[in-house]
Amino acid sequence: MTDLSASGAARKSSLVTLDDRTRRRNAAERRFRAYGVAAIATAALALAILLVTIVGNGVGAFRQTFVTIPVTLDAQQLDPAGNRDRGEMSGVLTLAYGGLLNQSLRQSIEGAGIEVEGLTDRDIDDLISKDAPAQIRNRVLANPDLVGQTVEVAVLTNGRVDGYYKGRVSLASAANDGNTSPQQLALADALKERGLLATKWNWAFLTNPDASDQRPEAAGVGIAILGSLYMMLVVLFLAVPIGVAASIYLEEFAPKNRLTDVIEVNIANLAAVPSIVFGILGLAAFINFAGLPQSAPIVGGLVLVLMTLPTIIISTRAALKAVPPSIRDAALGVGASRMQTVFHHVLPLALPGILTGTIIGLAQALGETAPLLLIGMVAFVRNFPAAPPEGLFDPASALPVQVYNWTQRADPAFFERASGAIIVLLVLLLCMNLLAIYLRRRFERRW
Amino acid sequence: MTSAKLTVSALAVIAATASVAHAREQIQVSGSSTVLPYSTIAAEAFSENTDFPTPVIESGGSSAGLQKFCQGVGENTVDIANASRPIRESEIETCRANGVTDIIEVQIGYDGIVFASDIEGPDFEFTPADWYNALAAEVVVDGEIAANPYTRWNQIRPELPDQAILAFVPGTKHGTREVFEEKVIADGCEESGASDAFTAARGEDGADACTVLRTDGRSVDIDGDYTETLARIQSDKDGIGVFGLSFYENNTDKLKVGTISGVTPSTETIASGEYPVSRPLYFYLKKAHIGTIPGLKEFAEFFVSDAVAGPSGPLAQYGLVADPELAQVQQTVADEATMQ
Repeated sequence: MTDLSASGAARKSSLVTLDDRTRRRNAAERRFRAYGVAAIATAALALAILLVTIVGNGVGAFRQTFVTIPVTLDAQQLDPAGNRDRGEMSGVLTLAYGGLLNQSLRQSIEGAGIEVEGLTDRDIDDLISKDAPAQIRNRVLANPDLVGQTVEVAVLTNGRVDGYYKGRVSLASAANDGNTSPQQLALADALKERGLLATKWNWAFLTNPDASDQRPEAAGVGIAILGSLYMMLVVLFLAVPIGVAASIYLEEFAPKNRLTDVIEVNIANLAAVPSIVFGILGLAAFINFAGLPQSAPIVGGLVLVLMTLPTIIISTRAALKAVPPSIRDAALGVGASRMQTVFHHVLPLALPGILTGTIIGLAQALGETAPLLLIGMVAFVRNFPAAPPEGLFDPASALPVQVYNWTQRADPAFFERASGAIIVLLVLLLCMNLLAIYLRRRFERRW
Repeated sequence: MTSAKLTVSALAVIAATASVAHAREQIQVSGSSTVLPYSTIAAEAFSENTDFPTPVIESGGSSAGLQKFCQGVGENTVDIANASRPIRESEIETCRANGVTDIIEVQIGYDGIVFASDIEGPDFEFTPADWYNALAAEVVVDGEIAANPYTRWNQIRPELPDQAILAFVPGTKHGTREVFEEKVIADGCEESGASDAFTAARGEDGADACTVLRTDGRSVDIDGDYTETLARIQSDKDGIGVFGLSFYENNTDKLKVGTISGVTPSTETIASGEYPVSRPLYFYLKKAHIGTIPGLKEFAEFFVSDAVAGPSGPLAQYGLVADPELAQVQQTVADEATMQ
């Protein structure tokens, strides 16, 4: 405030009269600032639009509509032999469980006294997700003693009914829709009024595997998160030691000659190579030559290692260069060997920069799709990979790949899922970048 | 140098452990994006009802899938290739050269190709000739071959709505494009008598001009998926898109389907052969992998069983037209009968 008033006062009493040139220069500066503000505003607007669309579309994926009904697990149908033997009972297919569910739903509708005009049997049967019979079957096979009891279960409703409560489906659109009908939605409304149907928070989106085109409501990003995590592990355990070792050698020990110059140019070049090229390399080297399995996180991880190595090397070398030579001179001066100098003094001081570069490299790898296209990771995978290290060789998906996959599906409900997966990906990236900023702030030293 | 050496040795160690450690347990499938939804539905139901793991299914187009399929025999190659067209002679050659000799061809059913426009727009009753006249680069006007002059549908035939011509057709990498050219454009060319005019004017190969589409922006190639075609129609209400029947059936609240020669596409009219634009869908199976990859034959049998691929199964619910000769297909799989 004081500054302002002082300068205001100064201007009033100033004897300087601005000549044309000064005025032009001042105007040029004001224009430049305006450009800068406009540029930032444009970027902020673009970001805001992106976030609003993604969050608007994707937040629904975290909520899901369930219908709660008591199901009588009829012993005669589910365990005809009566031995409660898991092997025998697995002979009963999901079809039988589906029949039981439909029967139970009908009883519940009758019991609640719901009557909807023009409601067909198909409307009732299709209200429940096609995933539900499998869910019940797995539960019964895991615990055969449930047979013969009546259990209260909350099962998913189909994607259209769910979409109705998320504003994706309306009564008008349902009239034209082959997969639902206004009567079905009216039934859903009646069930909701009686508290049997509710839209709830859906953890399953984060833990479920992918699902086929008929059951968007059951699809989740569980395997994709796990696959991405496994690939990040591979990158962390390979790219970081290799990258840091290479940069320390190049920066601190290597003689400056033509060979190291060539290597340096090549590394800089590799950093700019389009990522799909690494995918082609990965297919040729790891799958066709080394014989690693397709769709496995290990191959994805190795490809991403190749891709992130240049980034890590370049940022590590920059961090090492930023350590002042006086530190090295002092260490060497008191008799430390070169290795001691590097490991006791230079490296600790360069660590924040190295960590930042590494995390940014990892974040870049996490969002990469193109190289994974070629090595079979863009796939429909429903079995969770085992724990590492064996699990690294099991098929898995990855988050960006899951997004790509879902945007191609016919059912509009998958669009919501894809946006949901983007939210998960963005949150992970945000966490990694925050960590990078935190580490830099916490450990950074200035000279 | 160190970085290179380190990388190589690290990779070598991993590669060595990998090849010792692993025998593949799950089936690997690759191929057509048209067959993909059916394949995933079958795979999901397969693993739910058996103790085998769910097959891993990739998509990337029929050609890409068959190329992968033909790379050789062994655990690192795919077991099944999905295709929306029959395997080509050249592909069988490649397969043979790489040691893939015994291939079982399984036809899972039929898929219809439909023409759909925005739900708010007018009704369309097409004939193949309309499509030829709307989209071909050269058409016959008053007996003369001329560059396509039509800009509105009612210029072609007064009964068609007064709407600008704009069509979104699948790009050339899609198997659907081939069927569209053959069964719609080429048929329409013949039907309208244009192919005779071409042959008369240019000799034997003249009729090749039938399937050359106009490039003045009224016929737009879509290289992406049907979701992209749908988005284009929603932003440009005059557009008419070429879709698979199953895609249309999942989006009936946004799209209105046009008839071809008076027949509305549906699983029934396609099964009976009334609706003219349909094609068989296939998957190809390596006989050599039966027995080494657990569950492979079981999966193939499950896929074509009546409960799955039959007229009331989940695949038909999704839009597949069941094969009337399904029993024969089941026999082929049971006998492991290879292609000749």
